[in-house]
Amino acid sequence: MVEVTLWGALGTAAGGKETLEVEAKDIRELFRKLVEQHPALGPFIERGIAVSIDGVIYRDTWSKELPKDAEIFLLPRLAGG
Amino acid sequence: MGFDPSYAARTFTSVGTRPVRPDGVDKVTGRARYGADFNMPGQLVGRILRSPHAHARIKGIDASKAEALKGVRAVITASDLPDLTNDNSDLHDILDNCMARKKALYDGHAVAAVAAIDARTARRALDLIEVDYEVLAHVTDVDEAMKSSAPLLHDTVFTGGVEPKPTTASNITNRTQYGHGDVEAGFKEADVVIERSFKTEQTHQGYIEPHACVASVNPDGTCEMWVCTQGHFVYRQQCAQLLGLDVSKLRVTSSEIGGGFGGKTHIWAEPIALALSRKAGRPVKLVMSREEVFRASGPTSATSIDVKIGARNDGTITSASATLRYSCGPYTGPWAMLGAMTSFACYDLKHVKTIGYEVLVNRPKTAAYRAPSAPMAAFAVESVIDELAQKIGIDPVEFRIKNAAKEGTKSSYGPVFGPIGIGPTLEAAQKHPHMSAPLGRNQGRGLACGFWFNFGGQTCTDLNIGSDGTVTLTVGTVDVGGSRASLSLVAAEELGIPYAQVQTVVADTGSLGYNDMTDGSRGTFSSSMATISAARNAIGVMRERAARMWDIPVDDVVWEGGHARAVGEKHGNLSPLSVKDIAAVAGKTGGPVAGHSELVADGAGVSFATHICDVEVDPDTGATKILRYTVVQDAGKAVHPAYVEGQYQGGAAQGIGGALNEEYVYGEDGCLQNHGFLDYRVPVCSDLPMIGTQILEIPNPNHPYGVRGVGETSIVPPLAAVANAVSNAVGVRMTHIPMSPPRILAALEAARAH
Amino acid sequence: MTRHATTLAMREWRKVMSGIAVSTTINGDDVEFLCQFEETLLDVLRDHLGLIGAKEGCSTGDCGACSVIVDGRLVCSCLVLGAEAEGHHIETIEGMATGDKLHPLQAKFLEHAALQCGFCTPGFLMAAKYLLASNPDPTEEQIRFGLAGNLCRCTGYDKIVRAVQDAARVMRGD
Repeated sequence: MVEVTLWGALGTAAGGKETLEVEAKDIRELFRKLVEQHPALGPFIERGIAVSIDGVIYRDTWSKELPKDAEIFLLPRLAGG
Repeated sequence: MGFDPSYAARTFTSVGTRPVRPDGVDKVTGRARYGADFNMPGQLVGRILRSPHAHARIKGIDASKAEALKGVRAVITASDLPDLTNDNSDLHDILDNCMARKKALYDGHAVAAVAAIDARTARRALDLIEVDYEVLAHVTDVDEAMKSSAPLLHDTVFTGGVEPKPTTASNITNRTQYGHGDVEAGFKEADVVIERSFKTEQTHQGYIEPHACVASVNPDGTCEMWVCTQGHFVYRQQCAQLLGLDVSKLRVTSSEIGGGFGGKTHIWAEPIALALSRKAGRPVKLVMSREEVFRASGPTSATSIDVKIGARNDGTITSASATLRYSCGPYTGPWAMLGAMTSFACYDLKHVKTIGYEVLVNRPKTAAYRAPSAPMAAFAVESVIDELAQKIGIDPVEFRIKNAAKEGTKSSYGPVFGPIGIGPTLEAAQKHPHMSAPLGRNQGRGLACGFWFNFGGQTCTDLNIGSDGTVTLTVGTVDVGGSRASLSLVAAEELGIPYAQVQTVVADTGSLGYNDMTDGSRGTFSSSMATISAARNAIGVMRERAARMWDIPVDDVVWEGGHARAVGEKHGNLSPLSVKDIAAVAGKTGGPVAGHSELVADGAGVSFATHICDVEVDPDTGATKILRYTVVQDAGKAVHPAYVEGQYQGGAAQGIGGALNEEYVYGEDGCLQNHGFLDYRVPVCSDLPMIGTQILEIPNPNHPYGVRGVGETSIVPPLAAVANAVSNAVGVRMTHIPMSPPRILAALEAARAH
Repeated sequence: MTRHATTLAMREWRKVMSGIAVSTTINGDDVEFLCQFEETLLDVLRDHLGLIGAKEGCSTGDCGACSVIVDGRLVCSCLVLGAEAEGHHIETIEGMATGDKLHPLQAKFLEHAALQCGFCTPGFLMAAKYLLASNPDPTEEQIRFGLAGNLCRCTGYDKIVRAVQDAARVMRGD
């Protein structure tokens, strides 16, 4: 079970919820479960979102494992220049 | 692929040195080929017709006279670009930006294009295209565009992120919010609260090379394109999608690139060139003029920002909030969101709240520009931080150190920070000799911190060993500033061979797997990680070959000092095998020797910098001279220190330009007035002093050598550092960037009037 | 920053087919070409003569990326008409090295990492060559003003100035 915090537009898409509890061992499972719970997150996940695990920001790599008790943040995809 | 990217301390022989870059001789002799330096046999000249109106409905386009002109081979409008975007609104915005479908949304918006046998005919053809415009009211100012009375760009926009959802359309596409705690409670705890509003004008990345490409769509469906880009794989993907082409049939080669800074991470004219070629049945060369680059390729946002920070007399910040309004051009973007995320990222705050508004205006589509959105937010925040420090009577560096984010700080955008480097940059700045340089009359010193995320991303590399033992490293991340040298150093380091034995090349899309763009400060970070992985794979192969050559178990073979060595007493008489020895018989031992890597580089971490700036302001003319400038930034590990310094200096120079002179000037008619380098004034050599740099090396635990991304952060502090310096020099707080001479004089005048 | 377009005595233009025939000298070679009346020297170098070292950054004489030397004088080739090249001596970046030996300025630019994207580099090398020809021992300020007609967006000019200082030292034989 991991606690996931949604920020920005993601929180609004999940019906205003900021934190969700999800049973998931890696990013892929996390995304699948999130979309099941909140279909409105679907388009964001498809476009690509950034996942922060214990403060380090990752791209949406499915196989990336979610360590137990890790702090997980989902942020919309960032743009660089 | 089982690659462990964790940092391992070691001493380096190649990494950290400053050899000449492999593409250097071509660049100093004029041989290097950029976007416009390539030609295909039979190519036509492509030119684009652009709207002269800031906002207009396109009622009809009659291209018949242009099509009939002798020498014209194709004319296209939006009707030649069917909508294949499949409800992907981002992609649809890109399509509409490449060529207007219903409305011209900014002065310079493409409405039609021609391909002709020469430039003269193409120019004449553009003049013959008749566009029936219904001119509409326009709005170019970010605050004006938010008003309910403002002309609407799209009547289908209802602000997202607002509850309840608005029922009236507006130009505000999105509202985002970040932060934690209770800012109002925090302000009540403060002894001093400062609240100010700021404005920054729109700037352009200002790369000296205009966008250029040569596109060829062949009758059998295969296509090729030569283009200056920061990401040829991304360009391929997006062009294929927009034109309904098979991605695998479109081969994109990135030319050498004459600057990008984020502006060449988006497609502008490339789909048009492909569409023209498809219609004409011949290659089309399309080069944007400087005027077109300013009018129709993406600049930054113009912003309007309110900041409020409260602190106790002991120097502890109790609460901070900001409201940020960023212009996006005619289509939505993540710009205010990025500003809202980065505003207070340098600080450890118990109560913080940032709100961002994305605002549509009749200006070109905002594009990424080096740490997009962060410099403007930093300007606003660091200005108030400075003012607060002065009001409380605490040294500005001490004030920042006291409140600096550190490992374990909950960032203002959410996640808790791991080991990071803001404190060290501040401490290093404090001790830097720059701080003790004397200041005279009309002179002032300013300091500022900056923050930016760094990206990882998809990266593929091939490391091939030739039969003579030399190494070709093939990468897919475009080299914008010398990364081929850094990657050669990394390969040389891993293999234990001299730098001169490695040649790094950037491959086209047909030769490697997908690579993300060179943006987000990811070029050297990601490609070096993939290079290390590929090199280690190649070493594995060479150990096996050595074992075969010696007829011993591979476990008895180690790789050391650029050679395979047999370990164990019974192999004592076997002399080490070099790369060349192994490569020479590769055909007999199993074939060509290579190492590959396809990985997603992650854990790039975040990046901090502190800048110090000294200025002298002439009170009679308002002109500002930069006397001294120092950049202190953490690079994790500087692979090629000269190119790391180059990134620090280049970003600082762009920031100085933005702080003092660069801005988009619009007329009453909503048209861009200064679309050339004469009046869009970037810094020239005589405007700047030597730019001091201090590279800190606090290893990034997620990279084998500790490398961090470095390319962008250096543009984040300058707006603030220069503004603080000017404010201190003239004794008046500057709140409008750029601080051009008229603005400084006006501020001095206003202060005198009080 | 202003550039002087080379002022030339008007000659009788020979019109051949639909172009103007021009005879000139480029990097020591006798060259003849045909160009349209509206083509600039930059267009001619790049599109007709394969000399792509000079770059088009702005076509209004503001960025210096097209800098060449005409009769010993630094000019923006985007402000010179192709036809005006008639009878003059033009030097471009392609003529700066001698065979396989780089000019000291070229070598020092590489050594000092005075280029990142390299797009402005040919123009800077021409401008620096012109500067040192008239002032072999310039101060930092003189170098900065001498190069103020060339824009660089990547480097912040620091390493460019150092490279020119070092090359000047080598060229003086210090």
